[in-house]
Amino acid sequence: MPTSTKQLDELIGREYRHGFVTTLETDTVPRGLNEEVIRMISARKHEPEFMLDWRLKAYRYWLTKAEPEWANIHHPPIDYQNISYYSAPKSGKDGPRSLSELDPELLRTYEKLGIPLKEQEMLAGVAVDAVFDSVSVATTFKAKLAELGIIFCPFSEAVQKHPELVQQYLGSVVPYTDNFFATLNSAVFSDGSFCYIPPGVRCPMELSTYFRINEKNTGQFERTLIVADKGAYVSYLEGCTAPMRDENQLHAAVVELIALEGAQIKYATVQNWYPGDKEGRGGIYNFVTKRGECRGDNSHISWTQVETGSAITWKYPSVVLRGDNSVGEFYSVALTNHYQQADTGTKMTHIGRNTRSTVLSKGISAGRGQNTYRGLIKVLPGAEDARNYTQCDSLLLGDRCGAHTVPYIEVKNPSAKVEHEASTSRIGEDQLFYCTQRGIAPEEAVSMIVSGFCKAVFQNLPMEFAVEAQKLLGVSLEGSTG
Amino acid sequence: MLSVKNLHVAVEGKEILRGIDLDVRPGEVHAIMGPNGSGKSTLAQLLAGREGYQVTAGSVRYLDMDMLAMPPEERARAGVFLAFQYPVEIPGVSNALFLKTALNSIRKQRGLPELDAMDFLTLVRDKMKLLGMDEKLLQRAVNEGFSGGEKKRNEILQMAVLEPSLAMLDETDSGLDIDALKLVADGVNRMRNAERAIVLVTHYQRLLEFIVPDVVHVLSQGRIVKSGGAELAVELEQYGYGWLENEVQVS
Ligand SMILES: Nc1ncnc2c1ncn2[C@@H]1O[C@H](COP(=O)(O)OP(=O)(O)OP(=O)(O)O)[C@@H](O)[C@H]1O
Ligand SMILES: [Mg+2]
Repeated sequence: MPTSTKQLDELIGREYRHGFVTTLETDTVPRGLNEEVIRMISARKHEPEFMLDWRLKAYRYWLTKAEPEWANIHHPPIDYQNISYYSAPKSGKDGPRSLSELDPELLRTYEKLGIPLKEQEMLAGVAVDAVFDSVSVATTFKAKLAELGIIFCPFSEAVQKHPELVQQYLGSVVPYTDNFFATLNSAVFSDGSFCYIPPGVRCPMELSTYFRINEKNTGQFERTLIVADKGAYVSYLEGCTAPMRDENQLHAAVVELIALEGAQIKYATVQNWYPGDKEGRGGIYNFVTKRGECRGDNSHISWTQVETGSAITWKYPSVVLRGDNSVGEFYSVALTNHYQQADTGTKMTHIGRNTRSTVLSKGISAGRGQNTYRGLIKVLPGAEDARNYTQCDSLLLGDRCGAHTVPYIEVKNPSAKVEHEASTSRIGEDQLFYCTQRGIAPEEAVSMIVSGFCKAVFQNLPMEFAVEAQKLLGVSLEGSTG
Repeated sequence: MLSVKNLHVAVEGKEILRGIDLDVRPGEVHAIMGPNGSGKSTLAQLLAGREGYQVTAGSVRYLDMDMLAMPPEERARAGVFLAFQYPVEIPGVSNALFLKTALNSIRKQRGLPELDAMDFLTLVRDKMKLLGMDEKLLQRAVNEGFSGGEKKRNEILQMAVLEPSLAMLDETDSGLDIDALKLVADGVNRMRNAERAIVLVTHYQRLLEFIVPDVVHVLSQGRIVKSGGAELAVELEQYGYGWLENEVQVS
């Protein structure tokens, strides 16, 4: 049977649902990057000396670096002098103390995004630290968490209130010399989230941050640092959207996770940044460095990501398995449609003995989307009895998209066991016809088939998030059936 | 109910159906037999709405609608059902979710309230029992790793749950052991009533011993070369299609 590419294309033609712009008075630094700008950012945030020093070191190092070229992505050169590195809503200059102090326009934005903060405050279970452009504007549940000694606050606040923790852990997993984008972030990052769970504490609710890029020509450089002390547990959710713009915007975030002995961190992302239009105009360049370190024995870090947005995604949430018996996991769904490009995967570095890692990647390509899984499994000489299992599955919708799998394996200890499995399949007319013949609408059928393909990853998301992710996939694949 | 007139169908420029006339009335059971490659599945799939065929001449009316103008999901919601010769696997989608989604799409069209998980399970469990199916198949992914016989029974289960007005079964009997064949035949017979029409595509007289058809058609090289009563199937079993082809040439 000839595959009806046209029909599939119509099915997956989609429109971006979060493409509105909020009109707010903002305090934006003029475009361009130099030491002056960095001093200005640091001054606006009333940062201690060590932070400014660190930023300047990063900036000077950045000047000597060039953009990496090894990823399977293509874009016109980025003009780093044409970006504004700091933007904050004016009314929130000194940080609102409660939701009622927030600009109502801002609250409406969050409502459009489906994060009713007011409700969230009542809804037990999710505490939201909302980052609007560069400044954290609302942090809920802080009091409740404080009782347990949990710190969950905007990064800029942590720098002032807990400088010793920030100084101890900042850059200890992703040093400012790590890579071009992480270096840039270290120099100019404006805000983000900070989280510390004290020894033996199990965080009783999912912590969650929503990021949103609003201001035109603003790059967003947020920084997240999560530390789970001995025997602590935390589950963290991150969701992202950005408005529609014709020009491309840069997003270069850094996330560092640190799990001490016996601690567990689960980090889940649903990334739905603006992907650009059907012709590939506009969209976010999402160049993100995410890394966790299982620093203590018996610690456990897992990354789960659902990536449906951005024009370009360049992202490799990784785990350094330093402690003995530590466990690293990476579960990923990446969807590319139209002209989207994703080069994503993970790096698992086995250092400690008896360390375990699991990688499960599901790539979905539609339209002219290009999806690359890039993974590195590295077993160092001391990692006695290390184990890795990697599975990469690709699903193609239509015949103009691409799926690529690039696994690297470096084993320096003969006792290691590393397994890799890969598959590529296509949503056929056969499957689609089977569904529609039973009365199921074609759009629902495609979304059901894709969800089925992603099931093993969704199982690792918290319940409410799994439902949301499933809906998002449905929306991402939505369009007219002609 | 179904009226096919002078239907000509080509695939990639090659003519496969070459002038089919077929009238099916409510309550009737028709059997379509014929050699491999004669166009039986093509006819069934075209009627069910599969894309990729060119209708070069003729018309199909179903319940006074121009069926060829309807997309497959609308035909299904209007009561057209095809039990596939080769049921498709859908990894990660549970059989229960699939069938419930299908049933509710059809109920919605008919103005009936959607069934919730509990009501759905009660309904489907009953039907499974009658077909001698293991309930565990509900939680498995659609047709994934099902044995040949399980797949065929699963098709009949879907038919029993969706209660179509026009059910076409494409070689549902092949690959079934004799006990399964009886269960499937019982399942089909239970569904026979004055409003429902059934079209059976089969190679074997054996099925027609259990489900006695009102009319038997023989399809050869894209044409219905002979139609008759149930006794025609017995003659075919005895003499083979060669006998018919000679007869066609003689007449
Ligand atoms: N998509 C297609 N492309 C090319 N030829 C096709 C296509 N579909 C069907 N045909 C051809 O049309 C003819 C009829 O096929 P069909 O499957 O309808 O036969 P059938 O009567 O169901 O046979 P069987 O008894 O083996 O199931 C065959 O020659 C087949 O190869
Ligand atoms: Mg056939």
